[in-house]
Formats: sequence, C-alpha cells, structure tokens
Amino acid sequence: MTKFDFLLVGVGGQGVLLASDILAEVGLRAGYDVKKSEVHGMAQRGGSVVSHVRWAKKVLSPLIGLGEVDYLLALEKLEALRYIETLRPGGTVIVNDHRIPPISVSSGGDEYPDDQRVRRALSEVTDDIQFVPGVELAEELGNARASNVVMLGALSQSLDIDLEIWLEVIAERVPEKYVELNRQAFLKGKGAIVGIP
Amino acid sequence: MKKLLSGNEAIARGAWESGVQVAAAYPGTPSTEILETLAPLPGVYAEWCPNEKVALDVAIGAAYAGARAMAVMKHVGLNVAADAFFYASMTGMEAPLVIVSADDPAMHSSQNEQDNRRYAKFARVPCLEPSDSQEAKDLVGAALSISEEFDTPVMLRPTTRLAHSYTLVELGEREVEEKPAPLPYRVDTRKYVMVPDNARRRHPVIEERIVKLARFAETFPYNRMEMGDRSLGIVTCGVAYQYAKEVFKDASILKLGMTYPLPKGMIQDFAAQVDRLIVLEELDPFIEEEIRLIGVEVEGKNIFPICGEFNPQVVRDSAVQAGLLDESARVEVKEPEKGPLPPRPPILCPGCPHRGVFYVTKKLKLVVNGDIGCYTLGFLPPQAAVHTCGCMGASIGVAHGANKAGVKGRNVAAIGDSTFFHTGMPALLNTVYNQGNTITIILDNRTTAMTGHQDNPGTGRTLRGEKTMAVKFEGLARAMGIEEVHTVDPYDLKEVEEALRACLAQDGPAVIVAHRECALLPEVRRQWTPLRVDAERCNGCGLCFQVGCPALIKSQEPDEKTGRPKAWIDPLLCTGCEICAQVCARKAILFRAQLSVLPRPNGGKHDQV
Repeated sequence: MTKFDFLLVGVGGQGVLLASDILAEVGLRAGYDVKKSEVHGMAQRGGSVVSHVRWAKKVLSPLIGLGEVDYLLALEKLEALRYIETLRPGGTVIVNDHRIPPISVSSGGDEYPDDQRVRRALSEVTDDIQFVPGVELAEELGNARASNVVMLGALSQSLDIDLEIWLEVIAERVPEKYVELNRQAFLKGKGAIVGIP
Repeated sequence: MKKLLSGNEAIARGAWESGVQVAAAYPGTPSTEILETLAPLPGVYAEWCPNEKVALDVAIGAAYAGARAMAVMKHVGLNVAADAFFYASMTGMEAPLVIVSADDPAMHSSQNEQDNRRYAKFARVPCLEPSDSQEAKDLVGAALSISEEFDTPVMLRPTTRLAHSYTLVELGEREVEEKPAPLPYRVDTRKYVMVPDNARRRHPVIEERIVKLARFAETFPYNRMEMGDRSLGIVTCGVAYQYAKEVFKDASILKLGMTYPLPKGMIQDFAAQVDRLIVLEELDPFIEEEIRLIGVEVEGKNIFPICGEFNPQVVRDSAVQAGLLDESARVEVKEPEKGPLPPRPPILCPGCPHRGVFYVTKKLKLVVNGDIGCYTLGFLPPQAAVHTCGCMGASIGVAHGANKAGVKGRNVAAIGDSTFFHTGMPALLNTVYNQGNTITIILDNRTTAMTGHQDNPGTGRTLRGEKTMAVKFEGLARAMGIEEVHTVDPYDLKEVEEALRACLAQDGPAVIVAHRECALLPEVRRQWTPLRVDAERCNGCGLCFQVGCPALIKSQEPDEKTGRPKAWIDPLLCTGCEICAQVCARKAILFRAQLSVLPRPNGGKHDQV
C-alpha cells in the first residue's frame, strides 16, 4: 500500500489527540511524509472529536476525503457508527467496546444505539471489524484512561511498523510517570487482536 | 532538522527565527497557540492583552519604537482591533509589524466565517496566505521583510485547518542579533499624528504603496505557476492549494502566497496559457473578484461553495458537478442505514461551575443574555438557560437595551471573567451611567477556559508565568458606581438563588460575582472526588438529569415502582461538585462527606446503560 489514511474518533477527554500525536510521529519515524489535522477549542468540550492522520510518500491534503479512510480507529462505539461512511469500503475499523452516552440520552429522549445496530451498520461498509475491550484492558492495568493507547496497540497489529518505534514514541509523548502504564497498555492492545479471525 | 509542527507552532517559530521582539494577543481559537508557543522562546517579549485592540496598539507601539513586532488574533478579533489596523496602515512604523488574523471557515469555534482578506484590501495592507506549516513559518519572515521594505503592516492569514494541521517544517535559527541597546524614540509628528492635515498627506502615500506592492507581487517567490495540463488553470491559495493538487492531479496551478494585492501580469500570463480559468478559494470570492477587476474571465463560486471549509470530497464533487472532472473521479462511499443517532455537541464539562448559575437562572425563569466563552454552551438543553450570544462583551449592553425597551421582568447578563475584561467593562459602565437595572453575573472561573486556560487580568499571572496583580471584580464594580454587589460560590445553589433574589428585589444595576475555578484546571483536577448514587434511595425521578451533567447516566437498573432507570454516576467523569446532590429530592446522591460512610455497592462500575 502506498498510503495510510487514519481517522481517529472519540469523545472529548478520551485522548484522541494524544493517540493521533503518537500515530503521526510513528509514521514519520517509519519514513513516511505525514500530516495530521484536528480542531481545538469549542470542538472539545465533551463533543465528538475527530483527528485525521495521513502517511504516504507525499501527503497533500491534511484532510482525508469521505470514503478514503483506510483505518477508522474509534475510541467510542457511537462515534464509530457516526463516522463509518468515511471508511473506504473494505477498510479496517477498530472499535473500543465502550459507551459514553451523550447528554441527550440521560436528559432527553434520545436512545443510544444497541450493539446489534452498530455492528450491522459497520458491516455494511466492511468485513474487517475488530471490537476491543479497551477500557477493560486499561482498567486491568489500573487506569481506564489509558484505553486510547490500548487501542493504538490494537491498530498496530494491522501495520508493519517495528514495535521499538511505537514504544519509543509513546515514551516520549506521555508524562514520565505514565510511561510504563502506557507501554503496558499498548502491549495489551496489541495482544488483544492476536487470534481474532 | 525537520519537525511536525502545527501551523500555529510554525508561525511562532517563524516569528522567533525572524527576530520578532514584541508580540501581543488576546487568545482566540484558532490562533491561541501562537503566543503560547512563542512566549517561552528567548529574546522575545510576549503578552496577553485584555482584547485584540489593545494587543494591536501594543504591537504598533513596539514597532513605532523600533522593535520587530507581531499582533495575533482570531478573525473576529480584527473587528475589535479594526481601528488600530487602519491607523497603522496610514502611519506605517519604524520597524516591521505582522498582524496574524486567523480565519475560521466552517466556524469550528466562532460566530461567523468572515473573510478577513476584505480587511486587507479595505486598509490597503498586503495579505499573505500559507498553505502548510513550512510556508506558515517562512511567510512570517517574508511578511516582516515586506513590512520593512514598504513601511506597511502586513497581514498573515492562516485558517483553522492550517493552524491546527501538523506538517513537516525545516527548523532554522534566529537570524537577528538580540535586542540592541535602547534607541532614542524617533519623533515624527507628520507621520505619526493622524490629525486630518497629516492624514491627508499620508493617504496618497498608502495608495502609492499598494501600487508598488502589486508590482512586487509579480516577483514574490511565493506566487508561482506550476504548469501541467493546460486545459484547466486553477488559481488557488492557502490550504485549498493542497486540495487542488490532490484532486486535480494534472491541472496547471497558479499558487498565490500573497492574495492582496494580486500580481496582475502573472495572472494575465497564466490565464493566456490555459483554456479554462477557475479560482479555488475558501469563503469569499476575493481573488475571483480581483481577477475580474483586471478584466480576465474567470469562474469560482459558481463551482465551489462560499460557505464552510473545503476538503478533497467537497472539491471533487463540485468539480464533477461542473464538468471539470469525469464522473469516474468520484470516490465510492457506502452510507449504511444507521437510524437516528444522538448528537454529541460540545457541552459544559462535568463539574463546570457555570452549571450552578444556569440551574438557578432557569429555575427563576430569567432571560439571560449570554456572551462568548464556555458558558455560551448553557443555551443547550437541558440547561437551555442562555438566550442570546453575539460577540465578545455583548451580553451587558444587550441586557441593558432589553430592559430599557421595557421588557417584563429583568434581563440578566452572563459574562465570563476574561470576556468581562475584554469588552464587558465599558458596557457595565454604560449600564450604571444610564441608570439601568440589569443584573450582571460575572462567571469568574479564574481562567480563559474555552481557548484552553489562558491567564487574564483576574488570574494573577501573565503569559510569561510571572506573578502579577489580580483584579477584584467586586472592587471594580463598586468603583464603577454599582452598590448591589454579591459574591457567590456557583457550586452552592442556595447562595446563588439568594443573591439573585436580592438583586431582583431592588431596582438598580447589580453585579453577582460567581467565583469558582474551572474544574479542568490542574490544581482542581487533583481534588476530584467522584460522587455516588445510593441505589436504594434513588427512584429514577430524573430530576438530577435536568442538571445536564455528562457524568450522570441512566443506569440499567429500573426502579421497582416507577419503572424508570435509576441514576448512575460515571466515576471517570464526576468531579464531585455536588450540584446534582443538592438537586436530588430523595438525598440519593451522596455528598463528598457521605462517601466514606456508605460503602460502594457491588458492580457499581459497569452497570451503565
């Protein structure tokens, strides 16, 4: 493949931006031209967060066009469903098996879609779907907030990049006292994918 | 060395490398990170000002005094600073000045998507537009050179997409010597005192200057032709250049790094070499209109949208629609049947102190004229407590106007600490002076929160991290002549209600200062203590859900009698502000002090929806 287009989606506060920082830097060290695009400010206050990361020999647009995403990494299930049409038909979608109900579900009449509805919609676009219990795996390490890096570990199984590069970048990008936690989180995520057909 | 930098980081780096000595700004998405990146670098003095007009005056003053200067603002900030922008164009400066105006196509975080290239033309100021981080860095240096050569301020216009996209940048070193020994202030009243007589002499000078700049644009290296297939010629600028290259792989491109004034000869030359000439630019048909004025036939906004930002798909679909690309160029998109999805807009965070104020104003059925900041989000249900929001500082004047118009009841103005300093103060003075009776609530969360926690005159710290005085709102209000001044903790609903009732009971202007740090500030985060619901007591009445906190979630456990889902608190989100605990009629939500008394029930962690 000559290009790798990643869309990372989730909810403000989940660490989408840190995950995309790491992913961009990894691409750079693997020898690709890289662009990354996101939006700060109003867009983050608990709202949907989207980050585009592109690796290729030469990247032009910082944004990935609709239907051109190769890897959709969703840190939350509803957000996977919201952005599934960005995926190239047959592309890879990796979903954190985790729900964060929007405010209109608790205080209004909206319903959070059930798992079946999520899976059915995703499978209309691709067969390459992986659900990862990212929060549970991170909780096993004692910190649910590391689920973003668990998910990166899961994504790494689809990419041919040296483990050393991943771990090196993670170590540089997270606060020192969380380096070991995030290292473990990454490896857990990587392990979670092994054996999934 | 090459590094991935955001457009904002690159602009800061460019300013540093090209020797900017003084920089001033008011924070505003998408421009905020520029000064935050620049401030710690050696040899630069950078400050947050209360608003953009002050920031631009400061930068102009530095340039008058001979220092290389920069002012930074978001697009609507230039509305506030417009007066200064125009006089700076008229006077010119002793040293170069670059004004960064960050536009926001798609309004990711703004109230409009005005195209500030209009200001460049309006004030006869050249405008540069970068298309990636490398150019963002380089064009700061180019802007300063142009400013120096032509004695003009120069506008650098990034957009949100550029400001918040990370692309590779070759880092350089700071080119100029550190600040030389202080020079005497050069007095030149004919140039710098803009009384009519002097201004009349200066006007022809700036008209002549823009003609010279148009000639300069012909050889400006960031204006360049990339000739390919000559059946289509695309004039483009900014990040749209990247979309042009990606979508029209073979077309000829005229890439403009300077979009005002335009290189007339270069455009005519380019137009003569291609069969069909189009302009690909976000927002207004600015270049398109300028090209038409030259007398060259061109298309643009008949093909591409005027609203919102571009992306490869928007450009491709518009091009196919217009016959510029074959139908086969479209990308296959599968849109599965999803059913209705609950939206996920930005909302007030868990533990947000504004929530307490809005809970009470809603309870008292008050009309609230809001302002620009996180608290604008109080307009959303279930709070639905903010009823207008137009621009920075508008709340107080709008509320006063409504009350003078004779509305039933009393309008309330809700304004944040930083916004109050920005443009709220003159409006409050107006309310007092004109004997208004509005109630102004200053939502003082001790930071400029929406843009990511910048200091302001109320926080006691400067951009450089130095300790400084912290303005007290109560004293300020009293000094302005307001007698009814209250201080409340917005986490204490009873206290907020009592203060509001006291203000409503009298007929003069009143100020309530709601003091409570933003829940996301690091020192507050360390004190987060998630609350719990006592499932035995909760009957699923749903009252707490009307507080509108994302940490309060409907559990899967229905109440036996009512059948309604009981409340559950997400321990990952809850900060322990206790607003919901005060609202709960059955005392089912435990206050912090009760947490250790009642043990956590089994399975409390995963029993959500």
